[in-house]
Amino acid sequence: MLELDASIPEGDIREKWRNHLEHVKLVGPRNRPKYDIVVVGTGLAGAAAASSLAAQGYRVHVMCFQDSSRRAHSIAAQGGINAPKNYRNDGDGVYRLFYDTQKGGDFRAREANVWRLAEVATGIIDQCAAQGVPFAREYGGQLANRSFGGVLVERTFYCRGQTGQQLMLGAYQALHQQVAAGNAVMYPRTELQDVVNIDGRCRGVVYRCLQTGEIRSIAADAVVLATGGYGNVFFQSTNAFNCNVTAAWRAHKRGAGFANPCYVQIHPTCIPVSGDFQCKLTLMSESLRNDGRVWVPKKPGDTRRPEQIPEDERYYYLEERYPSFGNLVPRDVAARNAKYVCDEGLGVDGKRQVYLDFADAIRDRGENVIGERYGNLFDMYEEITTDSPYKVPMRIFPAVHYCMGGLWVDYNLMTNIPGLYAIGEANFSDHGANRLGASSLMQCLADGYMILPQTINDSLHDIYMDKVTTDHPAFAAHEQSVRDHIAGLMARRGSRSPMAIHKELGEVMWHHCGMARTAEGLTEAMGKIDSLKHACEHDMVVPGRADTTNQALERAGRLGDFLDLAHLMCRDALERDESCGCHFREEHQTDDGEVVRNDEAFGNVAVWEWKGEGSPHEKTTEALSFDALPLMTRSYK
Amino acid sequence: MRVILHVWRQDGPEASGGFERHELSAVEPDMSFLEMLDTLNEQLISNGHDPVTFDSDCREGICGACSCVINGRPHGPGHKSTTCQIRMRAFCDGDEIWIEPFRSGAFPVVKDLMVDRTAFDRIIEAGGYISTHSGPKPEPNASLVPHSIAEEAMDAAECIGCGACVAACPNAAAMLFTAAKVSHLGLLPQGQPERWKRARSMVEKMDEEGFGACTNFAECQDACPKGVSIRFIGRMNRDYMKAALCEPETRQGPLKAH
Ligand SMILES: Cc1cc2nc3c(=O)[nH]c(=O)nc-3n(C[C@H](O)[C@H](O)[C@H](O)COP(=O)(O)OP(=O)(O)OC[C@H]3O[C@@H](n4cnc5c(N)ncnc54)[C@H](O)[C@@H]3O)c2cc1C
Ligand code: SF4
Ligand code: FES
Repeated sequence: MLELDASIPEGDIREKWRNHLEHVKLVGPRNRPKYDIVVVGTGLAGAAAASSLAAQGYRVHVMCFQDSSRRAHSIAAQGGINAPKNYRNDGDGVYRLFYDTQKGGDFRAREANVWRLAEVATGIIDQCAAQGVPFAREYGGQLANRSFGGVLVERTFYCRGQTGQQLMLGAYQALHQQVAAGNAVMYPRTELQDVVNIDGRCRGVVYRCLQTGEIRSIAADAVVLATGGYGNVFFQSTNAFNCNVTAAWRAHKRGAGFANPCYVQIHPTCIPVSGDFQCKLTLMSESLRNDGRVWVPKKPGDTRRPEQIPEDERYYYLEERYPSFGNLVPRDVAARNAKYVCDEGLGVDGKRQVYLDFADAIRDRGENVIGERYGNLFDMYEEITTDSPYKVPMRIFPAVHYCMGGLWVDYNLMTNIPGLYAIGEANFSDHGANRLGASSLMQCLADGYMILPQTINDSLHDIYMDKVTTDHPAFAAHEQSVRDHIAGLMARRGSRSPMAIHKELGEVMWHHCGMARTAEGLTEAMGKIDSLKHACEHDMVVPGRADTTNQALERAGRLGDFLDLAHLMCRDALERDESCGCHFREEHQTDDGEVVRNDEAFGNVAVWEWKGEGSPHEKTTEALSFDALPLMTRSYK
Repeated sequence: MRVILHVWRQDGPEASGGFERHELSAVEPDMSFLEMLDTLNEQLISNGHDPVTFDSDCREGICGACSCVINGRPHGPGHKSTTCQIRMRAFCDGDEIWIEPFRSGAFPVVKDLMVDRTAFDRIIEAGGYISTHSGPKPEPNASLVPHSIAEEAMDAAECIGCGACVAACPNAAAMLFTAAKVSHLGLLPQGQPERWKRARSMVEKMDEEGFGACTNFAECQDACPKGVSIRFIGRMNRDYMKAALCEPETRQGPLKAH
């Protein structure tokens, strides 16, 4: 059994974070350079944390698998970042953001964390603006806002359709300022292979240099995993091609609990799949639903062109089913409804796709205004599909997008292994069973700039001058096990490529552990995953050598971890015998297809413990409390 | 459709390289260029050969990882697009396609089509930031940024650091990349205190890394997937000159007597 203590501070929810800050232990400025901290990942969470810690004076070692830290997957985020600044004077505030996030997450998040997130969010915008992030401005020079799904206020800040890129560059520049100052050291093209625990505390990492194949170690006083989400377990997703679960999973195998792996968000507005050669799906920002109207023809098999279908023969299913939120319902609701109408045979051209139509918006507001808002998204769409959304409606369908599950962390963002932290999408985070739009960037930066740099001191203080070096025999042993593992992969002499097996895994997951799940399907999927694991061991081939750049080897290593994770996701989805947020069990729904939660049995976090190769995982639960916002049924009607 | 590929193969930075010819049938027009390379790699693996190494990540034109010269053009035949955004419908059945890495002395080849662009990170380290620590900051609306200035800064900030400008330039200059950052930060009020120092040290670093000088070919702007304008190079040159001539921000202290 895992021992889980969330360490939530005492007191009223509004006071917890402030109280905690007043009591957290500190490390003095002259002592900080004596500490080594490894930050794995340079996305928003990792770059923000690494730059903040380095600026405090810690010695920070930062790694990413890309050739430059600036290319981390966060760069791809389009739509925006939330903060309850209430610039629009529309009634926003910390409580509202807390409320929206808790409700949006269908009451499966830790209340105290969500409140803190809402509380620190406004400071993030200030921080980023100070770094020179070119947020969109009104003509008078003030910051502009737009609205996003699942809420009734306009609190989203943005930089055209490239908000993630600009926030990322702000964090990247801050990080490289610290590299120049000598406080941080960058390890690009480097992959974490293992974490090293000594006497019950995480004391370093083992990594592979992707250019030379060398296996090396870094000894540290704390390790921070900011390695992003595991959406690519589905093979096709909106995530970047190389996103993977390896870092989190290897830490999991060394004892870190993995929480709520089955919570995966399927984003409603993506470009539909066009062929089986595809490995990457393209997201069309949710902000499009501000002006676009979602519809399908009322008549199944209607082959007329969209402009030939008269108004009364169109089914604006979101507007009809959810009059108060309309096209701006949360993502899980929008995605599930797209699935339903396609299941009913109403998909456009008989395929699994629906229209997102801008004709009315262009008529009412003019092509210029719409072009200014979404021009780059429209261009991107046209480039891929050859259709211009200015002239014909977009065709969209849901795709895997974000993982709410991840490494379990306490209030300090520390895993159950002392000294090992997880931030950003890599932790099980504050989004419960469903994340609202524009709130991941917020959470990544909250973790990286605001929270971790305060909370990490607490555990560092306790180990003052108790240094470990890579001479400790544990490092040699861990390095050897990594080398053996890689040699094992290189020795596979089958005929199937890692990518081919990964693709098959993706299909299994999409069909059985995607937008709708059943006990039967999940059980079947676990069987299929077992045989894919077998295929991976016996039919796979890894070409080339291990002592040079070898992308097939990288892929093979990640695939092994994805397979293990996939199995656990199905098990978690099976045992969570309720529906909540994105986790939709067909057995638990209302007559009109809404989720039915079972708070009594599942108002908790499911945390899984690795029990060794071949042994089933063991589950521990962390009970959730709902004091500040009592449980209610989520309704967007 | 069917295409004939001539792909640059090179084992490592020190090894000599050359083109390797492959035929690929079953190419679909909707495939992206990189999905076509994936298909080639699957074919190579199943025939027991080494797959082609190339950089890519986001595959939607924003991370700047992908970096191929296709038929002599960095990022290939598209207009304002990256290699990963090129679709095979840009080619015809039976076409021969030549694929090479971005070439420049400052970007050594790592393997095949993959190059080392860490020189760009070092240019940023020379001053491509606004010095600030994390923590409480002033309210951003307290410092107004006119819409047009914010948009102009954003035009410059769009640079994805891909290096196509360098690969396209006959002098292998990194002017467009450097100018984009100097301009992004130099346009905003927050960037003013370090503006002159930034322009000087980034330009000096650029030279030190072995990038060439600008002689106004403007090839960079043509190749740039984000349409970063060469007018930013003019802007950077002005900032650089001004900084070099009058060092407006440098504290001079009292004149020495001798
Ligand atoms: C297309 C798209 C659009 C999005 N738009 C929005 C939006 O508008 N608003 C919003 O709030 N959210 C959005 N999101 C979600 C958001 O972008 C991500 O959740 C967030 O950026 C994750 O950041 P991160 O720092 O946790 O990890 P990432 O940015 O994924 O970074 C992970 C880092 O870890 C490194 N890494 C991983 N594994 C290893 C390893 N084994 N060894 C070494 N390094 C490793 C990588 O190199 C990388 O640097 C979007 C997501 C997608 C896919
Ligand atoms: S200026 Fe353009 S071509 Fe040069 S690195 Fe930036 S995006 Fe690439
Ligand atoms: S792979 Fe990211 S820009 Fe091409």
